[in-house]
Amino acid sequence: MNTAFAELHIDHVSRAFGEHIALRELDLTIKGGEFVALLGPSGCGKSTALNCLAGLLPLTGGQILMDGKRVDTLPPEKRGFGMVFQNYALFPHMSVRRNVAFGLSMRKVARTERERRVDEALRLVQLTDHAAKFPAQLSGGQQQRVAIARAIVLEPRLVLMDEPLSNLDAALRLEMRSEIRRLHQTLGLTTVYVTHDQEEALALADRLVVLRDGLVQQIGSPEEVYAHPANRYVAGFMGYRNLLPVAMSTSDTVTGEGFTLSGVNRDGLTEGAAVAAFRPTDVTVADTEGENTVRAAVEIVEYHGREQAVEARLPGGEALHVRTESRLAPGDEVLFHVPRERVLVFAP
Amino acid sequence: MTVTAPERPSLKHRLAERGVDRTLLLLVPGVLFVVLLFAYPVLYGLQLSFQPAEGGSPFANYSTFFSDPYLADTIWTTLRLAIPAALINVLASIPIAYRLRGRFRGKRFLTTILVVPITLGTVLTAEGLKQYLSPVGWFNRILMALGMDEPMRLVPSWTAVLFSLIITGFPFAFLLTLSYLSGIDPTLEQAAATLGADWRRRFRYITLPLLAPGLAITFCLTFVLAFSVFPSAYLVGLPQGETRVMSIAAYEAAFRDGDYPMGSTIAVIMAVVMLVVIALVLAWRSRLYRGATGGKG
Repeated sequence: MNTAFAELHIDHVSRAFGEHIALRELDLTIKGGEFVALLGPSGCGKSTALNCLAGLLPLTGGQILMDGKRVDTLPPEKRGFGMVFQNYALFPHMSVRRNVAFGLSMRKVARTERERRVDEALRLVQLTDHAAKFPAQLSGGQQQRVAIARAIVLEPRLVLMDEPLSNLDAALRLEMRSEIRRLHQTLGLTTVYVTHDQEEALALADRLVVLRDGLVQQIGSPEEVYAHPANRYVAGFMGYRNLLPVAMSTSDTVTGEGFTLSGVNRDGLTEGAAVAAFRPTDVTVADTEGENTVRAAVEIVEYHGREQAVEARLPGGEALHVRTESRLAPGDEVLFHVPRERVLVFAP
Repeated sequence: MTVTAPERPSLKHRLAERGVDRTLLLLVPGVLFVVLLFAYPVLYGLQLSFQPAEGGSPFANYSTFFSDPYLADTIWTTLRLAIPAALINVLASIPIAYRLRGRFRGKRFLTTILVVPITLGTVLTAEGLKQYLSPVGWFNRILMALGMDEPMRLVPSWTAVLFSLIITGFPFAFLLTLSYLSGIDPTLEQAAATLGADWRRRFRYITLPLLAPGLAITFCLTFVLAFSVFPSAYLVGLPQGETRVMSIAAYEAAFRDGDYPMGSTIAVIMAVVMLVVIALVLAWRSRLYRGATGGKG
């Protein structure tokens, strides 16, 4: 019943709670069929943005346009967006079948058509055998699938997902992740997905929106955001676990306490304080002292199968995180090396 | 290596497994209290009701009660007051609690105001109502000032008693309904909204079904409160007519006529009538969904 759209324009949308501004001028255009992930830690405004889109929170600024028509003035029930809630929000007094059929009954879809679509949706999420059960009789993953079926049975123009996997255990989370991507593709949905898990966002989304304190930090494809984080904050979120405070010495070398590193200057700094960012996986154990080597004392070693996660202490007292196949032990004084193209230098 | 039969755990251990240990002693004061101050008087009253003052069949008091319309009709008189009062209390508490759930500034103050009548007690409320609604009370004085010719005769009346039952019973109903409503996950209604339900249908299909079992309990409690009405039926009602409730009949039998067994009989019948009404309500409730009302089912 809902026709697809070409473009959803979130036009400088803001939301304040009293003095606190939870979302600041979010400006984003979503194309029909796209999978967009809003990514950030709790309190960054990503859920606020989703609730504004769903109509559950009124905007305090900006507007939302769908193919040029305003939708932010519509109540949630008139928007025709499907939403999957973090806690699933299944109606506990209704069977799985009635939960899934709820939206169709609200839209007065004829009984035979309704039954057909409910069956189809249940089949898609592989819950046909559980149709008569109540939510409390289902496992977390099954409840999650009911919540998804309930949202997609309406063939909504836009599906909103609020951390749908965060209540599931690790194995199930991976399985449901593929499931969500599969449904998005086979049904040709447009999805906005909120998560704090960068791995999830990278795996699922066509485009990522990284938020912090209500402000957009970066919008880009997973590859762009992963390989070229816009600032030290995004870098930190994208697995650049080593964020060392340094001082600029030349335009591409920085010095910290007891080490000098060459890197890629991302913010055009020439002097003053900076942050050198690199991933634990890009650090290797060096044989000889040379360019981009740092000496550190191994403190904690975690076993991760083929690799070890090592936390070492730099001369200045900062922690250095390393993932390496070399076998190290606490107490070792080790010389580490980071390739210069893997070191990003950001403004602090 | 030899296999020995596992040693049987000690008696103390086996008892503790079944919940029998020294912490049971903590229950003693409560049990004593219930036995001495509740069970004993109830059983005493019950057996007293089967010992008519004039002798004869043990059921003589009961047959007197049901054959004397002046006594038997008190059942209907009381139900006619208690059921509307309980219904009004429950129904009125729903929209107010619905609006007041969630957090907002001034909620404590508002809740306090709504709950104050509980602390006043029924006598004070009835007295106050009597003054307020009397021909020279404020209510009539305001009406007169607004141009009414004659004061309205509001007390004593059935309506005034109903009013006092609402004043004292509503806070209970409100507090209970509010706590039941607060137990319903608000994201359920949000989910219903995104599925196309307007507020009417959200209430009808989501909130009300989840709230109904709580409303049944709320109804029972306010009904019991209203059913045993005595002070207001006496003070602002017509204790010889329209508001001659069972507690008045029992009081008159026991303390005016000195017929304790008859008083006990009426009290026992009161209890039975209340239990029947509660049993009906709970039977209806047992057909409802009564599980968790959180989002995770």
